[in-house]
Amino acid sequence: MENQNKFTFSRRNFIRTSALASGGLLIGFNFFTSCEDTVVPPVDISKLNFKDFNAFIKIAENGYVTIFSPNPEIGQGVKTSMPMIIAEELDVPWEHVTVEQGALDTTNFSRQVAGGSQSIRFGWDALRQTGATAKHMLINAAAAKWGVNASSCSASDGIIKNANGDKLGYGDVVNDAAQLEVPEDITLKATTDYKIIGKDVVNVDIDKIITGKPLFGLDYKVDGMLYAAVLRPPAFGQILESYDASQAKALPGVIDVITIGEKARNYLNQDSFDRSAHWSVRLSETDKVVVIGKTTWDAIKGKNALKAIWKDNSLAESTEMHDKKLNDLLNGKEFNTMRSDGNVKQAFASADKVLERVYESPFLPHNCMEPMNFFADVTNEKVHLVGPIQTPEAAAKVVASLLNRNLEDVHVDMTRMGGGFGRRLYGDFVYEVAEIADKIKQPVKLISTREDDMSLGVYRPAIKYKIAAAIKDGKISGYHLKEAAVNSNMYGLIPHFFPAGAIENYQVDTANYQSNITTGAWRAPYTNFLAFAEQSFFDELAELLETDPIQLRLDLLKNVKDGEDSNIQYSAKRMIDTIKLAAEKSNWGKTKQGVHQGFAAYYSHNTHVAEVVDITLKNGLPLVEKVTVAVDCGIVVNPTGAKNQIEGGVIDGIGHAMYGDFSFKNGKPQDVNFNTYRLIRMNETPIVNTYFVESGLPPTGLGEPGLPPAGGALANAIKAATGQLLTKQPFVKSIQKHEANLKV
Amino acid sequence: MANYNLKINGKALTVTVDEDTPLLWVLRDELNLVGTKFGCGIAQCGACTVHLDGIAVRSCSIPVASLEGANITTIEGLANDKLHPVQEAWKELDVPQCGYCQAGQIMTATSFLKQNPNPNTEEIRNAMNGNLCRCASYNRIEKAVALAAKKMS
Repeated sequence: MENQNKFTFSRRNFIRTSALASGGLLIGFNFFTSCEDTVVPPVDISKLNFKDFNAFIKIAENGYVTIFSPNPEIGQGVKTSMPMIIAEELDVPWEHVTVEQGALDTTNFSRQVAGGSQSIRFGWDALRQTGATAKHMLINAAAAKWGVNASSCSASDGIIKNANGDKLGYGDVVNDAAQLEVPEDITLKATTDYKIIGKDVVNVDIDKIITGKPLFGLDYKVDGMLYAAVLRPPAFGQILESYDASQAKALPGVIDVITIGEKARNYLNQDSFDRSAHWSVRLSETDKVVVIGKTTWDAIKGKNALKAIWKDNSLAESTEMHDKKLNDLLNGKEFNTMRSDGNVKQAFASADKVLERVYESPFLPHNCMEPMNFFADVTNEKVHLVGPIQTPEAAAKVVASLLNRNLEDVHVDMTRMGGGFGRRLYGDFVYEVAEIADKIKQPVKLISTREDDMSLGVYRPAIKYKIAAAIKDGKISGYHLKEAAVNSNMYGLIPHFFPAGAIENYQVDTANYQSNITTGAWRAPYTNFLAFAEQSFFDELAELLETDPIQLRLDLLKNVKDGEDSNIQYSAKRMIDTIKLAAEKSNWGKTKQGVHQGFAAYYSHNTHVAEVVDITLKNGLPLVEKVTVAVDCGIVVNPTGAKNQIEGGVIDGIGHAMYGDFSFKNGKPQDVNFNTYRLIRMNETPIVNTYFVESGLPPTGLGEPGLPPAGGALANAIKAATGQLLTKQPFVKSIQKHEANLKV
Repeated sequence: MANYNLKINGKALTVTVDEDTPLLWVLRDELNLVGTKFGCGIAQCGACTVHLDGIAVRSCSIPVASLEGANITTIEGLANDKLHPVQEAWKELDVPQCGYCQAGQIMTATSFLKQNPNPNTEEIRNAMNGNLCRCASYNRIEKAVALAAKKMS
């Protein structure tokens, strides 16, 4: 392991400082881009505009520190963990730190996005460097005051000391430090010296959450704000023909009924716009009827009183049709080859045995607990947008374009989000509310009911995999994976995930069917289902090869040479260590009678995860008792937050594999609320025990990687218990069928 | 529109709303008590849970007209000078992820513990089964209810 305190930075141009008019030091920095030489942070704290910096640290004259956390918080914990990293290097007691959510810089491109579990991974260096730079400036200021050499001074817990035993608090020297140059080279702490990183730090918003303080987008209010409920087509493929608003308008709380859609259509019909696999397909097709109410209830009641006539505009699709389309693709010849090693054709031609399976998954809605909503106030001077969005920059840019405004006039404030899971990457509701506010010229909040939310449409696409393995002389000689998906296929480095590199003849092919149903990212896109398919397949392969499922993975991983192929980013060594930790902690193969185990391991989002599911049978039905999880995410910044992410990800993975079902008939979603759409509930949850591989390597994200292995480990445990092979999600349907067959 | 006299968090209040307005929207839009959350509108998710005369109910599905004289407690009224033991347990175990459902979870838990101060694991799991947590912070909710019971005994 590299000694990290010898690792110094010299790229200093992303940090600027200024003395605050009110006293104290303001440090502005930009994670991913340099700052212009001319740009300095404001001296007036109220003028923080995040224009050139995406985060700030304020050190007040009393030594207390405010960290303006830049990235959107969707429950993944970055509002706590990112400031922890700054505070560690700044070396202040965590009790002296206050965290505030930063606003969006709409003009300066940066990665102010919650998605892909990348906030911590990308922020790690810049956050540490910024904290350390501030500390060094404070030490330099104290040294100058004492007239001693800075190298003879040190700082810890907000106090600077010199060799004579003199002490100064950070607050005593902030105003002097603000006058100093930003130092060129600074030294970071050794990981062994960490006092905050690696300790449990409770969510910084905890008090507000548990006492019900306004925090979320739905809670945001301004005087005179109106509410908007939007009536959209009930089915994909339909558009508005006509509507009658007379009953809605007769309601005392309804202020107006308008239509929107024109601006979005104009924007989306630009030649350059890539409409494939985008939220906007549905939005661009039609006008929507909007009821403006005095209250939320007025708007909802008004929407329910609307009478609209819809007409078919494009194909009315159904789940049966998707099934057929995807099967045809899998059995067809038109594929894009995403990775090809050796000669798969030959491997299969000369195989002793071939195992082939098809795995199937449905569409899934995200179902964030906080339904989609957003606030907009459009005036001649500015466009003010407030609410929960994972991609504030993109939203601001589209709104500027939609309303034909300068980007500088569009200001986005981010609220805490009641879940994201990928849904809030897509800003359709932001564009809608901007168009509404532009039309009515009054501050307005768009609100969605659960029915709107579940049927207004961005879903995980339905996907099928066909996986085949060639066996020769008791070894896997060939592996061929085909993906057929609705709208879009696996992307980036996913085709290079395990078992790429471990099997000589290896090929991944993809094909897709273009649907008018909008699809997009859903927590751990593609791998949320791909991992189940592959990890179930490997379990069967182990049976076929008469070897232990874990041993099969370990043997295959021995074939992988780390660093040999730049596309292969998983580390065989790290994966082996992770698997071994899971096997040890779960007592793999040594459980008491009646307990059945299933194993899966998966690398995604730069994190290695291995899971063992323990189930028992109750009246012949599987009861998921326990999940043992081993994780290598490098340094664990905030263990309590990290475990929370894994616990949630695993149960989410089990819940959706078990119960998640979503179908279409004549273009219409068949479930629109929780009375028929089943999410996992407490009664059905296992206890999740999480163990981290000890590591001094840079941290990686945890929002997503816990989820993908869960479905596979569960399916493998059920197979071990009942012999039932599960290849189709949701499992609950197949299990019920299997039960029924057994009883007959 | 009509006037309704409500007693919320110990305070007598009058609101002027339509008779079919669910308590949830009276709390959120009329009284600025936004701690009670909207999740499904059909009493399936528990995000809107409040206490009606001490019993956990779904405020999204109770019209204001049926509440004349009732005693309502919301998440805002749970803590007095200090946090309720259930809130303390939630904090101690760092339960929330996104946090949106947690007010409803806490209201269900406090009402449940009043009726059953010494629950076993199965009773906790059954009692909390009506409250969805999309982040699936269920393990911690379960542990926090048990911890709160211990704190209160």
